[in-house]
Amino acid sequence: MRELSQKRAICAMPVAGSYRSIDFTLSNMSNSHIQKVAVLTQYNARSLNEHLNSSKWWDFGRKQGGLEVRTPVVTASNSNWYRGTADAIYQNLNFLKNSHEPYVVIASGDCVYKMDFGKVLEYHIDKKADITVVCKEMDPDVNVERFGTVRLNDEMVIEEFEEKPIQARSHMISCGIYVIRRRLLIELIEKCAEEGNYDFVRDILVRYKGVKRIVGYVMTDYWRNIASVDDYFNTNMEFLKPEVRNYFFKQYPDIYSKVDDLPPAKYNMGANVKNSLVTSGCIINGVVENSVIFKKSYIGNNCVIKNSIILNDVYIGDNSYIENCIVESHGTIKADSRYIGENGIEIVLEKNERYVI
Amino acid sequence: MIKKEMIAMLLAGGQGSRLGVLTSKVAKPAVAFGGKYRIIDFPLSNCINSGVDTVGVLTQYQPLRLNTHIGIGIPWDLDRNIGGVTVLPPYEKSTNSEWYTGTANAIYQNLEYMESFNPEYVLILSGDHIYKMDYEVMLEFHKANNAEVTIAVMPVPWEEASRFGIMITDDQKRITDFEEKPANPRSNLASMGIYIFNWKTLKEALIKNADQPALDFGKHVIPYCHENGAPLYAYEFTGYWKDVGTLSSYWEANMELIDIVPEFNLYEEYWKIYTKSEIQPPQYLAPNSKVERSIIGEGTEIYGEVYNSVIGCGVTIGAGTVVRDSIIMNHTKIGENCEMYKAIIAENAEIGNGVKLGIGEEAPNETAPHIYNQGIVTVGEKSVIPDGITVGKNSVIFGVTTAADYENSYLASGKTLIKAGEE
Repeated sequence: MRELSQKRAICAMPVAGSYRSIDFTLSNMSNSHIQKVAVLTQYNARSLNEHLNSSKWWDFGRKQGGLEVRTPVVTASNSNWYRGTADAIYQNLNFLKNSHEPYVVIASGDCVYKMDFGKVLEYHIDKKADITVVCKEMDPDVNVERFGTVRLNDEMVIEEFEEKPIQARSHMISCGIYVIRRRLLIELIEKCAEEGNYDFVRDILVRYKGVKRIVGYVMTDYWRNIASVDDYFNTNMEFLKPEVRNYFFKQYPDIYSKVDDLPPAKYNMGANVKNSLVTSGCIINGVVENSVIFKKSYIGNNCVIKNSIILNDVYIGDNSYIENCIVESHGTIKADSRYIGENGIEIVLEKNERYVI
Repeated sequence: MIKKEMIAMLLAGGQGSRLGVLTSKVAKPAVAFGGKYRIIDFPLSNCINSGVDTVGVLTQYQPLRLNTHIGIGIPWDLDRNIGGVTVLPPYEKSTNSEWYTGTANAIYQNLEYMESFNPEYVLILSGDHIYKMDYEVMLEFHKANNAEVTIAVMPVPWEEASRFGIMITDDQKRITDFEEKPANPRSNLASMGIYIFNWKTLKEALIKNADQPALDFGKHVIPYCHENGAPLYAYEFTGYWKDVGTLSSYWEANMELIDIVPEFNLYEEYWKIYTKSEIQPPQYLAPNSKVERSIIGEGTEIYGEVYNSVIGCGVTIGAGTVVRDSIIMNHTKIGENCEMYKAIIAENAEIGNGVKLGIGEEAPNETAPHIYNQGIVTVGEKSVIPDGITVGKNSVIFGVTTAADYENSYLASGKTLIKAGEE
């Protein structure tokens, strides 16, 4: 993720103007009537904690269940960071032990998708699976080396599971969404910890393949992972397509996010915006084409923004030209600046003094 | 023990009949304003920004939209364990049951609500003005003067003073006399309908005057307090304050938000206006769109051209359509190749393709010229206008209309087309 993740955890990355990446998973959970959610986080969680400061936006403010953010803590018996996904769960095993719900959904916060986890659970029970892994067949031109690839047999049981293969033998990837019985999860995680292992995929999914019945649930709807700069950029740009906007913004169920109470976007003289998304609180005085402008950004007079992503609360001084860039949030770009991503997408970090707004 | 220093009572039961069809289904405080807001958001936000966390909202006329908008007060942070926002409709009593018959009568009927908070002071507000005001500063003024009643006033141009309730003060700002719409005003300080009362004074005045029909603050309660020698003070307010009681002032106040640096600035960080956000997605501007000098709410999609307009949330404006000097409220759909000039289109309306609004010479409205004037075309909520219709100025359309309702696909200036009973 290069410079973008210096500032925040990936699941706190702003997506599609109004949202952050984790909103998609949280909304899916809320819309699937999952009432008890723990968010396990450790890397640079400030943005994320700020975003999750209230559970009411996703309707998790319930007496039954609710939303918990769990970062690593120092206890009498443990003072480690989360050393891996399985270790993160292990360090919060009490949360699982004290729950009474029979099933657990494990999902990552860095994906953009809509999913009814209830359907996955039905499938899980139907298939008498021990673990269900949500999979997706990627287009042949997508490089899958960032993902875990799987091969399913006719009964949808996973026969092969390769983590981040250099030479992939399948284009079916794991979406990082799992359904498992709570008791089995506790058992597997405890065993994993006893053996000194920390990773859910490598030490549980890959290791128990064949021993436990691990099946794949193939999803066909829109799903994107945003954990690389190109994927992040492209996923945002895809929201310029009517079918993607229609799917996420207009069809039931909705995606929810924290409400920011920003005024409507304002277009002054000289504004000329084409094929772009603009979010609340923006003030636009210049030309914007094929771009996504996030919340509360200011675009000065005679500016030209092309094919770029301007993150939250950016100030762009007059007469600037920006093309093929991602401008990091809260940046201030001086007047008469010029940024062009020549070979791919350039990430612009500018911390100039902001004079006026 | 429950104790609040100052609680607010917000009068939101009025119809606001001078807004015409805009208020035929909703109370005036629930009318949309400035793209994503409703009028009541301004006093409610002022309350929470001033540290007043207990607000009773008195409703009566068409309260559904208002009730759903307020909910339990989450957007204004007024969801509190003690206090917060409470909607107070009129209710049946064992001895009698009556509607709220006047501003002070409404407050009188909710004495128990106020009593339960043990307040020192009660702030009386109305839900139909656009302004930002720190009520805490007004309270300090009230305390510093040892006043029993403080009335917020604002200086108005002398020639307009005869349209207002005018306060005459001495140089200490103590009110010596007042006049209701005087022909020859002796002062230009107009009452804004915002009062701070000492709770004891208010309670006593309301109980004493309980039998007065249509008990009103300006006509009965304030004169009563004055006659009894209670110290009344005028708190002068000089910021932006706009009454949006008429269609033309409503239109003007919306248009003032579009100025480069508007007098009433929604973009200031330190006095935010809160509202219930129903939809959150960003707005989309298509490749052939053009938007200048406008403000636009969330989730709106623009395929046409928009100039000098205020557009709400979830609106769709079709390709080839040109919108000028207009106000378009939430969830309205406008077809392709339309022309809109100085139109106010309320929520959830559907305008067909090739519709032209605000065309031709002005003519006074046939049914209500005092409401529909200044060349504004008004379309009520959930109205439908079929394809290819042309509409003149000062006209009004409300209801689901079909091609058969128009002669030669045309509605002349000044005409009223209201199809009632079709919701």
